[in-house]
Amino acid sequence: MTDGVALAIEARALTRRFGSVLAVDHVDLTVPRGEIFGFLGPNGSGKSTTLRMLCGLLQPTSGSIRALQLEIPRQAEQLRRHLGYMTQRFSLWEDLTARENLDFMARIQGLAPALRSQRMAVAVEEYRLAEFLDRPAGTLSGGQKQRLALAACTLHEPELLLLDEPTSAVDPQSRRDFWESLFTLAGRGTTILVSTHYMDEAERCHHLAILDRGRMVANGAPRALMQQLPLHVVEIAAVDINGARRALHELDSLRSVAQLGLRLHALLSRAERSPLEQVRAVLTRHGVQAEVHLAEASLEDVFVAATLPPQEAA
Amino acid sequence: MWASLQRTMAVAAKELRQLSRDRLTLGMVIGIPLLQMMIFGYGINFDVRHVKTAVVDMANTQASRSLVADMGASQVLEFVVAPATPEAMRGLIDDGTVAVGVYIPPDFERRRLDATRPAAQVMVDATRPGIESAVRAIAQLPLPVRAGLAHRQEPQIEVLTEYNPERRTAVQVVPALIGVILNMTMVVFTAIALVRERERGNLELLITTPVRSGELMIGKLLPYVGVGLIQTTIVLVVGMLLFDVPVNGSLLSLYLGAALFIAATLGLGLLLSTVASTQFQAMQLGFFTLLPSILLSGFAFPFDGMPTAVQWLAQLLPLTHFVEILRGVILRGTSLSALWLPALKLALFLLLAVAMAAGRFRKRLD
Repeated sequence: MTDGVALAIEARALTRRFGSVLAVDHVDLTVPRGEIFGFLGPNGSGKSTTLRMLCGLLQPTSGSIRALQLEIPRQAEQLRRHLGYMTQRFSLWEDLTARENLDFMARIQGLAPALRSQRMAVAVEEYRLAEFLDRPAGTLSGGQKQRLALAACTLHEPELLLLDEPTSAVDPQSRRDFWESLFTLAGRGTTILVSTHYMDEAERCHHLAILDRGRMVANGAPRALMQQLPLHVVEIAAVDINGARRALHELDSLRSVAQLGLRLHALLSRAERSPLEQVRAVLTRHGVQAEVHLAEASLEDVFVAATLPPQEAA
Repeated sequence: MWASLQRTMAVAAKELRQLSRDRLTLGMVIGIPLLQMMIFGYGINFDVRHVKTAVVDMANTQASRSLVADMGASQVLEFVVAPATPEAMRGLIDDGTVAVGVYIPPDFERRRLDATRPAAQVMVDATRPGIESAVRAIAQLPLPVRAGLAHRQEPQIEVLTEYNPERRTAVQVVPALIGVILNMTMVVFTAIALVRERERGNLELLITTPVRSGELMIGKLLPYVGVGLIQTTIVLVVGMLLFDVPVNGSLLSLYLGAALFIAATLGLGLLLSTVASTQFQAMQLGFFTLLPSILLSGFAFPFDGMPTAVQWLAQLLPLTHFVEILRGVILRGTSLSALWLPALKLALFLLLAVAMAAGRFRKRLD
């Protein structure tokens, strides 16, 4: 567990305060090498702040960080040679061409001329950059920009890659391709930390931390998190869907209800011994015709349950 | 060391490339010096010269003709018309045809022996700035023939003006203008260069790479030294072609001094850019430093007339030292080695500014 060499990141009680706002509140992280570690959370939950602290861009208010055996922020400068960081916003130079951007990043990373051209050729191939290599980066589409940005921050083959909401401006196909690239990188041993607010992306991660208002509210492999959800998931198919929703709110054990097409997805406390019977009873009492059955928890259910206000949690 | 150089040059090359694509900034590199040269060289003219003047010489004696010739020889007055009567002359002043009228009455010969009455009269259109005082100076000219009682027994003082015998403003202004123009463009260019990267998010990426603050600062500064030297050349060439401003000293001294000043102002720009958080703020800070530079550097007003405290303040401005170098090299033909003190002050300013900028610039976001 505390085998330092196998760990890419180890953070203890990581805390960051901006004035009176507690952006990150005592977060503990343990990330093994070669893992894709996801941060899932709504806007303002502290994902970006956490990533920025991990690479030394922000000073923690308190807590400790070790990244690649280096003490951060004290040794942040040494970390930078082994770090790739993709910002939330496209941050390459829009008035330079794709090629010029790559070339600049390779030089800044200190790659020798021969290595530089070799790595660039590989990146062009791998991220399919050839078609727009000589266009100004500002004229590229969202997906192209994203491929270029990933290529640019991996030219020096970093051991640690931090991606801050990398797919917020791209179409679903580009997102799929992007994740394929991430798995390839992880397969080579790169440790990847990625923040997202997409459930499907979060589900692809080896390990997931759900952040809410600066606190880590869930932490584990996505599948395990879904299986261990301490709530009943009840699916209700009804014609009078609004009537069903009103009826459900009479249940004390109801934690959350969301509509998915023509069905309702209700989360009930585990304290409820017989959730199906309770739901059926309350619906019948309100004269709502419905089909009710237990369902497997999705990652969204996990997310909803984890981010419920504390007094309502099971 | 090699890696550091590589990174610095990478930043410089990128900056130059971006500059070459930025049409507006590129236009400013050439446009600002040309525009400023025209404004300062032609528009701002401290000397009064070729003022259109009418003369009515009712006496028409040898002495009166001699007086008119003396007045004309100063080149302040240019006699363009000789109306027949003082009334006609008055009309010419009223309608703006001439700014000055000289009236020599028929009894001029008698009057110039009589100390109680003016011998001749000069009318001045005082709505035009500068003319009146120039004409008053002309009126102090001694009358051509010794006038006995009429003439006060004051020693005649001969004024010799060196280096600019014709006392032309262009000669005083153009050399120092190199400094003003560089100051104007350099500070703003670099102040913006770094802030723009912050605004566009490039900086967040840059600071996660191994590039060091000093490398980033120097890399950003280098291309603009070249830009500044181009501007220096533009001002020099235009100054020579349009305003006959000679370069008496060595060009090497001039360009060395210019490079030093350019680097110093760029350093100031970088320092400002570590303070400003938007391009607009950077611009404002740039202009905030420009005005005192123009007013206090000795460019526009004589430095010696300022209170001691203001003189100290002026010492903090790089332009003050550069104006000294420029006038020395261009007009007096002094070499830079003789001007080592202002050069040293510029070098100190440069070191301090870059060190402060690199020190203030943190590779962090907080």
